[in-house]
Amino acid sequence: MEAFTTHTGRAVPLRRGNVDTDQIIPAHWLKKVTRNGFEDGLFEAWRKDPDFVLNAPERQGATVLVAGPDFGTGSSREHAVWALQNYGFKTVISSRFADIFRGNSLKNGLLTVVLPQETVETLWKLSEADPQAEITVDLVAREVRAEGVTASFELDDNARWRLLEGLDDISLTLANEADISAFEAQRPSFKPSTVQV
Amino acid sequence: MGRTLAEKVWDDHVVRRAEGEPDLLFIDLHLLHEVTSPQAFDGLRMNGRPVRRTDLTIATEDHNTPTLDIDKPIADPVSRTQLETLRKNCAEFGVRLHPLGDVEQGVVHVVGPQLGLTQPGTTVVCGDSHTSTHGAFGALAFGIGTSQVEHVLATQTLPLAPFKTMAITVDGELPEGVTAKDLILAVITKIGTGGGQGYVIEYRGSAIEKLSMEARMTICNMSIEAGARAGMIAPDATTFDYLEGRAHAPKGADWDAAVAYWKTLRTDEDAVFDHEVRIDAASLAPFVTWGTNPGQGAPLSASVPDPASFTDPGERLSAEKALEYMGLSAGQPLREVAVDTVFVGSCTNGRIEDLRAAASVVEGRKVADGVRMLVVPGSVRVALQAVEEGLDKVFTAAGAEWRHAGCSMCLGMNPDQLAPGERSASTSNRNFEGRQGKGGRTHLVSPQVAAATAVVGRLASPADLSDAPALTEV
Repeated sequence: MEAFTTHTGRAVPLRRGNVDTDQIIPAHWLKKVTRNGFEDGLFEAWRKDPDFVLNAPERQGATVLVAGPDFGTGSSREHAVWALQNYGFKTVISSRFADIFRGNSLKNGLLTVVLPQETVETLWKLSEADPQAEITVDLVAREVRAEGVTASFELDDNARWRLLEGLDDISLTLANEADISAFEAQRPSFKPSTVQV
Repeated sequence: MGRTLAEKVWDDHVVRRAEGEPDLLFIDLHLLHEVTSPQAFDGLRMNGRPVRRTDLTIATEDHNTPTLDIDKPIADPVSRTQLETLRKNCAEFGVRLHPLGDVEQGVVHVVGPQLGLTQPGTTVVCGDSHTSTHGAFGALAFGIGTSQVEHVLATQTLPLAPFKTMAITVDGELPEGVTAKDLILAVITKIGTGGGQGYVIEYRGSAIEKLSMEARMTICNMSIEAGARAGMIAPDATTFDYLEGRAHAPKGADWDAAVAYWKTLRTDEDAVFDHEVRIDAASLAPFVTWGTNPGQGAPLSASVPDPASFTDPGERLSAEKALEYMGLSAGQPLREVAVDTVFVGSCTNGRIEDLRAAASVVEGRKVADGVRMLVVPGSVRVALQAVEEGLDKVFTAAGAEWRHAGCSMCLGMNPDQLAPGERSASTSNRNFEGRQGKGGRTHLVSPQVAAATAVVGRLASPADLSDAPALTEV
């Protein structure tokens, strides 16, 4: 996984709530069998509108997505995270994320930052007034900084450590092989098995 | 202090608990399909890792599969590649697969329960958010991303953050014509698409206890649309009766031991939920969505709401955008909304009971002119049962199309899609923009409302048909 320590970049203010993963990456893109090449599918339907914020010339190269509440609802497709990363986003800020999307993000090193809606509003206004305005997301200090904004955010120590180090979850789990084997040894015999009967 | 059902199942699966770390949980059943697994198998290959427990893993093909001409090669080369990739991966890693054409093929969340693999007190995962369906059996079941799919394939465990518990208690009698789908749509509108965030919801109360397994699956299925981690219903005699005799249900002494354990899977009297919601079943009515998320719904008898009536500025903006996308205006009675397409199927409402309900409404009637009605069974087994009961003939006689099993128009990954601007009444689970095809407009409904809508051509319930005599064959 890509490690995340601190990132500074320009923002895309996405003034929409309930952005579901079908909007982030439509289903027909899910036929691909790789983890890359999803950038053109990101917000595909909305990008057909020339006025959509992502199409504005001043938003090109922006790396911080600031979105409305309930970002990433719906389908569990991890392709949504890959699409955001393939496009160039390093971090997403919202007042509330859907659980599965958030889990997927953190497993890929896309930092999802939860801030109060008022702070999101402030960041929207800042970035709309000055598209060159930069936002810093500092995972070491668990802090978001921009002109006139210093906001701390929460992320549990374990998730933060794994992100800072860019650790592979599977290797961490396999280090506990003895615990897994011990658990398997005491499972009741009535538990289901997929072996063809 | 007592524990809730969800806490009991969780505790029974903790492989490792350590200060400052998420609990490591053992996974009893891992379901796979073609869309969210290829990158996970690639990961295993890259790291030289095997599938740890092929005996707890099973795959089926559903999202991409066509519902017509299934004996011919799949026309879309990208879809074909994805299905071939699953077949190669399952062969290489030794995973049992039910491919297109197999008698056990179907939507993954229909297949697991009908094989008897989904059992009370188990942990079930799948790279699909509607894995919450399996909670109907008192399993702790949730959708995961592809990285987690790889994790489960490699370790048969998942590190999981703690959850909060919510009780949704529904007491009383559901009025005539009101179904599990209406109930869950009303719940989502009440608590919102983020209302369940971080929670495992337990549905309980006398109205829930009276529901069949199919209806319970419909309810748990849509827990994710309220943002919940999972939905659960305590197992009872209805659950045990459904399971007994199924291919993978325990047999003999194992059955007795299993039932004894399953009977302990009830929330203790003195357990405390973090949040409680109460609903009077008698207050419910047929429910439909008018917007572009499943929380934007209203009783069928209501009108499209005025965005100005929402006090929250975010919800107001969301409603404005939804009406624009849906081509609806505030104040328009929902019963006047005309549809082009009716879809009956999906992991939400593609089981035999759903097909029976829809068939009973269209029997002896005709699908309205200009409306296309697609009936897509949730699995081959469901299709065979329906054929045995003559339901396929009821549908085709009414002018509906009887199709092969799969996810189909629920998400439009196969050729079954809405055209831009087309409007559907759909028994599926998501009314997101473009979900059923680019520019398509979706109203989520129960199978009964879907069938009545097909006959009338506008959103309708079977009650709207009662005074109109059924059409006779000419």
